[in-house]
Amino acid sequence: MNREDFPLLTQDIIYLDNSATSLKPKSVIDAMNDYYINYSANAHRGDYDLSFKVDQAYENTREIVKNFINAKSLEEIVFTSGATEGLNWIVKGFFENLLEAGDEVLITTSEHASNVLPWFNLVKKIGIVVNYIPLDDNYYVTMDNVKKAITSRTKVISIAGVTNVIGDARPIKEITKHAHDNNIFVVLDGAQMVPHMKTDVQDLDVDFLAFSAHKMCGPTGVGVLYGKKELLEHLEPINLGGGMNESFDSPAETYYKPLPTRLEAGTQNIAGVIGLAEAIKYIENIGYDKIGEQEHSLRKYLIDKLIHIPYIDVINIESDSGIVAFNVDKVFSQDVAYYLNKYNICVRAGNHCAKILKSSVGVTNTVRVSLYFYNTFEEIDNLVELLSDYDKIVKEMI
Amino acid sequence: MDQETKREIIMENYMHPTNRKRSDEEAYKKTNTANSSCIDNIDIYVKFKGDKIEDITFEGEACAISISATSIMINNLIGKTKNEALKYIKEFYNMTDGNDFNAEVLNEAIVYNDIYKQGNRKTCATLPFRGIEKAILESMK
Repeated sequence: MNREDFPLLTQDIIYLDNSATSLKPKSVIDAMNDYYINYSANAHRGDYDLSFKVDQAYENTREIVKNFINAKSLEEIVFTSGATEGLNWIVKGFFENLLEAGDEVLITTSEHASNVLPWFNLVKKIGIVVNYIPLDDNYYVTMDNVKKAITSRTKVISIAGVTNVIGDARPIKEITKHAHDNNIFVVLDGAQMVPHMKTDVQDLDVDFLAFSAHKMCGPTGVGVLYGKKELLEHLEPINLGGGMNESFDSPAETYYKPLPTRLEAGTQNIAGVIGLAEAIKYIENIGYDKIGEQEHSLRKYLIDKLIHIPYIDVINIESDSGIVAFNVDKVFSQDVAYYLNKYNICVRAGNHCAKILKSSVGVTNTVRVSLYFYNTFEEIDNLVELLSDYDKIVKEMI
Repeated sequence: MDQETKREIIMENYMHPTNRKRSDEEAYKKTNTANSSCIDNIDIYVKFKGDKIEDITFEGEACAISISATSIMINNLIGKTKNEALKYIKEFYNMTDGNDFNAEVLNEAIVYNDIYKQGNRKTCATLPFRGIEKAILESMK
């Protein structure tokens, strides 16, 4: 559905790598071009009409994001370069100052590298301990396992709302309730969640959230860091410089601006932020109900076909998103991707940045198909037809 | 060489590669070689005797092009002196860069003579060569 909105889809391409990045609708591209062509001044800096217009567009996006995730105030919305930067700032700017040696952070083995490596860094730097909430047989996180994993030293649970290999949705609200009852912070990696399902930070009650624009029809290089105001106040800015300071007469007399500007040093990705506003409008216009329905129907259609191909092993028969991970018997995942590429089908091969998944799922690499609302049943028919001829795969994979 | 013959050589070396095994003995030097743009990742074990390459083995996970290229490389470099091997590697790069190259030196490695046209597979073919080149240059320091 809505395929006509996406200029790239006029090409003869079947795009099935939406978990890596989504395509961009014309409205997003037009809004960014409009900024570059018609009012590309800096924000916050000029006492002239053009700059005022930029300020308005930039701050208007903050309002749109606030309403989109139902944050309490504008001060809780910080623009970043993406989920990776958001997660790094949360760990480095907030938790590094708070945690002590021996404090425990719980993650899972299916987290993206961006929600693993910043914590590993604190293991090396200050001696925290990273432990893992065990996954069940379907690689899901259950409340039972969360409760079992918590110890008296647990200070943080940091997990993805939806993972990028399995596509499972976690019971974030229940996790947060239980965590807060035990004085544990919750960090939510929303990179794969926000594009696909309503994320209400007050309802979920998470302490921090990070997500990217580019996986939800928005531009690359821009994302959002949300934090409860009383916590964000204590997040030390990682980037210091222009725009974020009040005055800096001497090291002792340096004053920073209040939230959220304090965390947005330097000229920001203004076009990206403007594009993000359009992406949110676009998603809301379609509605999460329709997006979810379409993804689930497409996924079910694909799974029902794949499970009947004897040499294909589907890793995640169950999933809550549009992700299907599989392997073709005795064919390296990269070679499957190259084979499909010959027919203009874009899929991802690899470990999908979740390297430690190997210990749980027992496979190093998979082919990953990730669907979004603009994919079609015909595209899946094309994919399945190509995967239904083993000899052809082996013949044409090189 | 026609496309079908090339395909057969590549597939034979992929399905039954030479010396796909780790070599933990002290005489073998281990070098990892990986592609940052994809998931090819192999360890190459090379044993020198004086100036000569006495043995090469490998293990790891990689695509059909990388594995077959490793096998073909091993078949051609065992028994060569270090300088002969470096010359061979240089010819291989000449070919995969789309430059003039000496086909006689390369033997069956010419099965990859079209790969320069496919940017995303060139790094697959050169992967083992970059690994062994590093190991040889290290040993000459």
